[in-house]
Amino acid sequence: MADFLQLLIAGLATGAIYALAAIGFTLLWQTSQTINFAQGEFVMLPAFFALAAIHGLGVPFWLAALIAIGCAVILLGVVFKLVVVDPLIRQGVLPLVISTIAVGLLLKDGTKEAFSAEAQRFPSLFTDEVVAFLGVKISLSQLGVLGVALAAIAALQWFLAATPTGRQMQATAQNPGVARILGVRVERMVMLTFVLNAALAGIASLLISPIYLAKFSNGETLGLAAFVAAIVGGFNQVRGAIAGGLLVGVIDNLAGAYSELVGVSSSYRQAVPLALLVLVILFRPQGLLGRREERSV
Amino acid sequence: MRSGLAWALVLLAVAALALAPLGLGRYDTYILTLWLVTALAALGVNLIVGYAGQETLAQAAFLGIGAYTAALLTKGGLTFGLAFAAAGALSFAVGLAIGFPALRVRKHYLAFVTLAFSVFVWLVIRNEEWLTGGVMGLKDIERPALFGLSLKHHRLFFWFVLAVTAALTLAMWWLVRSPWGRAFTALRENPVRAESLGVDVRGYTLLAFAIGSAYGGFAGALYSPLVEFIDPAPFALGPSLLFLLMVVVGGSGSFAGPFVGAAVAVLLPEWLRFAESYYLIVYAVLVIAMMAFCPSGIVGLIGRLWALRRRPTQRAAEAPVLEQAKP
Repeated sequence: MADFLQLLIAGLATGAIYALAAIGFTLLWQTSQTINFAQGEFVMLPAFFALAAIHGLGVPFWLAALIAIGCAVILLGVVFKLVVVDPLIRQGVLPLVISTIAVGLLLKDGTKEAFSAEAQRFPSLFTDEVVAFLGVKISLSQLGVLGVALAAIAALQWFLAATPTGRQMQATAQNPGVARILGVRVERMVMLTFVLNAALAGIASLLISPIYLAKFSNGETLGLAAFVAAIVGGFNQVRGAIAGGLLVGVIDNLAGAYSELVGVSSSYRQAVPLALLVLVILFRPQGLLGRREERSV
Repeated sequence: MRSGLAWALVLLAVAALALAPLGLGRYDTYILTLWLVTALAALGVNLIVGYAGQETLAQAAFLGIGAYTAALLTKGGLTFGLAFAAAGALSFAVGLAIGFPALRVRKHYLAFVTLAFSVFVWLVIRNEEWLTGGVMGLKDIERPALFGLSLKHHRLFFWFVLAVTAALTLAMWWLVRSPWGRAFTALRENPVRAESLGVDVRGYTLLAFAIGSAYGGFAGALYSPLVEFIDPAPFALGPSLLFLLMVVVGGSGSFAGPFVGAAVAVLLPEWLRFAESYYLIVYAVLVIAMMAFCPSGIVGLIGRLWALRRRPTQRAAEAPVLEQAKP
């Protein structure tokens, strides 16, 4: 039981990070029809900005973290929108999808060339201390990760629900045409979505990299986790992405520990979220928390 | 008249291809054969992307299914012909099985399911060492024999692959020209209208995906005797993404597109050998630029340049006729 609780907390911690990536992915899909296949690379990259700042500029970690998020917002938010998405959305969804795949490839191989093909150690925001609470050993860094990720999610939810800008963003996501008529500056809201996505990816990157190490090929795993989380949760809902992310994280961790018990080799751990994806698509295609969408003619 | 000319050009190209290895060395013939195999798999992707309007991120996985099926069956004593058929049939069946749930939902779900599927196939190939040899791969895959004549020589094997590719290309040609294939085009242009006209959208899309995947399996069955050694690497997610990109770069929805795209994907790394590590970066930038300025790919670009060269009056005179010729 104590083992189970430990695994649960570790799972929630990685799951909360997946949720950050999945929320951004969902927001982009809703507000700008951008299905970002480079989302995993978006989460992989900011850690390397931080490493570059630490090793290149010699700045302390907290400043490097801020620089990383700043670079992410500019490059993965603003530049991505202006240089890739804006010219391509006019050509239709398929060219845009293809281009985001190419962007992913570009970021992945660019990182490999510019930094290293080896996994890099990445400093943690938190201590490695472990505390025992009622016989359950809890890692403080996992609690810290969970806390930061949940705080970011809560702040985002508050922003979307309680501020005028956030509500305008939601309006843009639901119906850009009507939003425009009602005086929402749709273009600005779409740009804001890209900025938010990049910031969330930056935070996720700083949180996940101490666990997974910073490696150019991390985007594959992280992207897949984000896609599965978004679809499992119901991609037309931000809270769906949150639930999906946490679920994928927990299932992934439990599968790593318990799969041998049900006769499945732990080398198939990566396949568990995929099985979840297929089950959800088969039995609840709108996602666990999603609404059915009417088909538009 | 125009189509007669086109057929003559195609025949000329095939004849030139058939003669090419006579003037080429062993390695260049190998690259040319690899191009044909790649084009065959890309032909399948084109049916899925260019005609049925879906995205597949698993063609390399189907190539792997075909490659391992053919290699294991021929090692087990089956003739190559049967192994080849089994590779295609298995890919077709797997395509149906994963396409069915994905296409029930909505657009782009096939992309995610195939993405997940390619990771799964890669895991199976890597983990099931008793069957696939894991990361050590399968060695000494025999090249087939035809009517008692061994195709071990690189030139003979090239001609064999050329013949198979030509036959499957003709089959695909017939498929997309048949009433059945024209339904695909209707479906890509306007799925809702196609459905209201009685086209079973889901059924057609599913079949397109399964047939396209079967082409991946066929290509894989040719790939393993070509390289004579297979391991998991060429069937991972990365190569699957490259298959999708090469079809779009060549020109998705145009019949020659996959051949052009495969040429770029196979030959360009050979020519850009000096820039080896930057190859993918350059390629990715090219893809984005291409999508922004000419989403119809290289074939579309050539068509556009061709149209520019000709006199505007001639174009104006021909345009309505071409429009009417479309059903």
